Amino acid sequence: MSDTPVDEMSFEDAMRELEQVLGQLERGDVALDDSIRLYERGAALKARCESKLKEAEEKVAAITLDGDGNPTGTKPAEGL
Amino acid sequence: MLMDLIDDVPEGVNAPEFSVTEISGAIKRVIEGEFGHVRIRGEIGRVSRPRSGHVYLDLKDDRSVISGVIWKGVASRLSTPPEEGMEVVATGRVTTFGGQSKYQIVIEEIKPAGMGALMALLERRKAQLQAEGLFDQDRKRPLPYLPEVIGVVTSPSGAVIRDILHRLRDRFPRKVLIWPVAVQGEKCAREVTGAIEGFNAFERVGALPRPDLIIVARGGGSVEDLWGFNEESVARAAAGSSIPLISAVGHETDTTLIDFVSDKRAPTPTAAAELAVPVRHELLAWIDGLGARMVAALSQGLQRRGQRLADLSRALPRPEALIETPRQHLDVLGDRLGPALMTGVQRRKVALADAAGLLRPSLLQRGLASERRRLETLAVRVHPMLQRNLVGQRDRLSGNVSRLGAIAPHRDLLDRRDRLNGLSARLVDIGQRRIEVLKDRLAAMDRLRETLSYKSTLARGYAVVRSGSEIVTSQKSAKAAPSLEIEFSDGRVTVAGGAPTKAARKASKDPPDQGSLF
Repeated sequence: MSDTPVDEMSFEDAMRELEQVLGQLERGDVALDDSIRLYERGAALKARCESKLKEAEEKVAAITLDGDGNPTGTKPAEGL
Repeated sequence: MLMDLIDDVPEGVNAPEFSVTEISGAIKRVIEGEFGHVRIRGEIGRVSRPRSGHVYLDLKDDRSVISGVIWKGVASRLSTPPEEGMEVVATGRVTTFGGQSKYQIVIEEIKPAGMGALMALLERRKAQLQAEGLFDQDRKRPLPYLPEVIGVVTSPSGAVIRDILHRLRDRFPRKVLIWPVAVQGEKCAREVTGAIEGFNAFERVGALPRPDLIIVARGGGSVEDLWGFNEESVARAAAGSSIPLISAVGHETDTTLIDFVSDKRAPTPTAAAELAVPVRHELLAWIDGLGARMVAALSQGLQRRGQRLADLSRALPRPEALIETPRQHLDVLGDRLGPALMTGVQRRKVALADAAGLLRPSLLQRGLASERRRLETLAVRVHPMLQRNLVGQRDRLSGNVSRLGAIAPHRDLLDRRDRLNGLSARLVDIGQRRIEVLKDRLAAMDRLRETLSYKSTLARGYAVVRSGSEIVTSQKSAKAAPSLEIEFSDGRVTVAGGAPTKAARKASKDPPDQGSLF
C-alpha cells in the first residue's frame, strides 16, 4: 500500500493500487484481518476512481493573448 | 526614357552633361523603378553575418553573381535562415550603391526554391537534431493516463479543434485550453513555439491551469503549408517541453520535424484525442468489474475460511470419544485383574503340588543307594591302584638307592672332612688369639677403671654412705634412713640410722644386692 491518502491519488495511481489490492484478495493468501482491511482500502480506491470518472466535465476555453503573444487570460470557446 | 533622351541627342551636339552623382542618381531611379519588386532564383553563395545584425550574401547561378543584403529587422523574421548552397527564391528590390558603382538586391523574404530544396533543408535539420539526441526514444515521456487539463495548440477555427473536442467529448470530457496559433504561413513557427513554451511557463497553481498534456495539431496541407512545423524552433520547443506532448500535424503520410521530437505522434487530430484520454464508460464498467471482483474475492475468502472451519470442526473428535477406547481397555484389564491373581496362585499351587509329589524318601534312598554303589565300585578299584602305585614307588626308591650307592661318596666326604678339620683348627687358633687380645684390652680397661673409680678416693680416707640403694649426701636424709651403710676402701659397715631399727634390719639385708650393681 502506498502512503498517499486515497483522496489525493490520481486516477491512475488509485486504479493501479486497486488492481494490486484485488490481486492480493483473489490470491486469498492474506490473513482474514488483512483481507478485510484490504477490502476497505479497495472500496476507498474504487470510490476514488469513480469520483475521478464522474469529474467528467467538459470545459473548453481559449487563451487570450496580448499584442506580444503573451497570455492574458481565457475566454470561453463557443460553437466548437 | 533615359535611353530615349540619350538617343535623341545627335552626335556632336552639346548634350547635357551629368555629374557623376547625377548619373548615379539617374541610374538609381531607373533601376529601382524598374526592379522595385523582383523574385530571383539562385543558389546562396558566401554568407556573412557581421555584428550589425544585417546579413550579406551572394546569389549566384552558373554564370553570374548578384550581391544581396538582408536588413537586421528582416533577418530576424526570416522563416528560413539563409545557408550557403541553399537553392532559394529571394524576393526584394534591387538598389544601387552609387558610392561604389554597385547594385545589390535588398531581400525582403527568402524561401527555399521548390520541393527538392525544402527536403534537402529538412534532412539537414533532422540530421542535426538527431545528432543532438533529440529523437532518442528514452527522452520520450509517458503520457498521463487521465490528464486533467489538455492544452491544444492549433487554429481556434477550423475542423481540427472541432474534431479533437468531439472525440474528447465522446471518450472522456476534459478541461481543454486552446492556445490559438496560425498553423501556416510566416507567423506559424513563431506562434507555435511561443504556445508550447507558454504552456510550460504556467505555474502549477496559477490563474491559468497548467495542462498535463499538450496536443499540437494541424490538418492536412501541402509541404509548404506544413512547413512551420518543420522549423527548428518548433522542434526544439517540443523537445524541451516538460509537459508530455502529442503531435498531430497533417495526414498520416505527412511527417514533420515536430513528429520526431514529440512524445507521441498521432496520425490525425482525432487520433491525438484518442491517445490523450481513455474511454470513460469503459473505465466505469471496468471499475464496476473490479468492485464486483473485490466483493467476490472477499466473500469467497470468508466462505472458504468458514468451510475450512466447518471441516476442521467436523474432524475434531468428541471429548468422550477421546477417552472411550482407553476406558474400554481399562475395563477389560480391570475385569481380568481378579481372575489373573487367582490363576497365578492356582498355577503356583499346582506347580508346588507337582514338586511335592516327587519329593519322597524312596527318591532319596534311590539316590543314596546309587551313590553307595558308585562308592563301592570306586573303592574296589582304589586298592589295586594304591598297590600298583606303591610297588611303582618302591621300585623307583630301590632304583634310586642302588644309583645312590653307585655314586661312591667317600672320597668327596674325606676331602670335605680334611677341609673341615683345617678350618676348625684355624677357627680355634683365631679364637684363641682373639681371646688373648680381648683379655689384654679388658685388663687395660680395668686398670683404667680402677684409676678412675671412687674407690681410690676411698683409700684416701673418704667413705660413701648409702641408705639402701640411695647415696646419702645430707644429714637430713641420713636422719630419715632406718639404717646406713658406710663403704670404706676395705669394706662396708652397716650402722643404725636416724629411723627405727626395723628399717635398719632391712638395710642389712640389702648389701648382697648392692654387689650386683658393679
